[in-house]
Amino acid sequence: MNAVAQQNERPVCAQAADGEREYLTPRVNIFETPDRYVLEAELPGVNKDGLDISLDNNVLTIVGRRTADPGANVLYRESESADFRRVFELDPAIDTGKIAAKIDQGILNLVLPKTEKVQPRRISVA
Amino acid sequence: MTLTRWHKPNLWNAVPARRIASLRDEVDNLFNLTFGRLLQSPQDSGPGTQLLEGWFPAVDLFEDKESLVVRAEVPGMKKEDIEISLHDGYLTVSGERKQDQTYAAAETYRSERWLGRFQRTISLPCQVDADKIKAAYTDGILTVTLPKAEEAKPKQIPITVK
Repeated sequence: MNAVAQQNERPVCAQAADGEREYLTPRVNIFETPDRYVLEAELPGVNKDGLDISLDNNVLTIVGRRTADPGANVLYRESESADFRRVFELDPAIDTGKIAAKIDQGILNLVLPKTEKVQPRRISVA
Repeated sequence: MTLTRWHKPNLWNAVPARRIASLRDEVDNLFNLTFGRLLQSPQDSGPGTQLLEGWFPAVDLFEDKESLVVRAEVPGMKKEDIEISLHDGYLTVSGERKQDQTYAAAETYRSERWLGRFQRTISLPCQVDADKIKAAYTDGILTVTLPKAEEAKPKQIPITVK
């Protein structure tokens, strides 16, 4: 069963170009229960104001913008200051009107409920 | 052919000493990383690679006149699960990210996020005032501010001319 498929198959830490901007690909965990899909994305440094989730037909785009770096001198740096972006193509069984998003300590929790008719149920025999 | 005066090249302009020192610090810090960095995703590791697994959150070190700032990207943790300790000029940040039991029964399609223990140690370039260290955890980023000890702050030394 083809579920939440990813449009761009890229190594997780690579930067994806989008016009002139370069973005980082955030790590995600995707789970499925009988009545919904759950997507958890790691977006450290992103809060509710920097988060931009948009849906176009079946394509879900998540963009997380981070606040600019403090002006202090950098002695040693491992993190990258680019914004996050990841695009997903959604299973048509997802009820796009009921998608709910919540972000807490840099983890975006996205709940994508499946439409009623797709959920497993018993069919009674008359 | 024109004769022009020869200026002895100043090699220290080409390779400033500061850059060589920071290379040494980078190599020092490399010894804190282990082979776990080679593996980028839990999905990559199979039973044969158990030894090399590990979560290595990115750590930055900044400095301003008054303090050192260490920043670690550790989203999705509770502050009780993070430990910070200072010993002998090294700051160690460690913790454990536990599996969220809400979705334990669900089917997993992608699992890219790291779980479990992490530990990062960073050597501090100067003395800090251990009593005044502050740490904050917002938006998944842990920021530890270590005020420099008085001796370590830059001072202006007046020159007397006799």
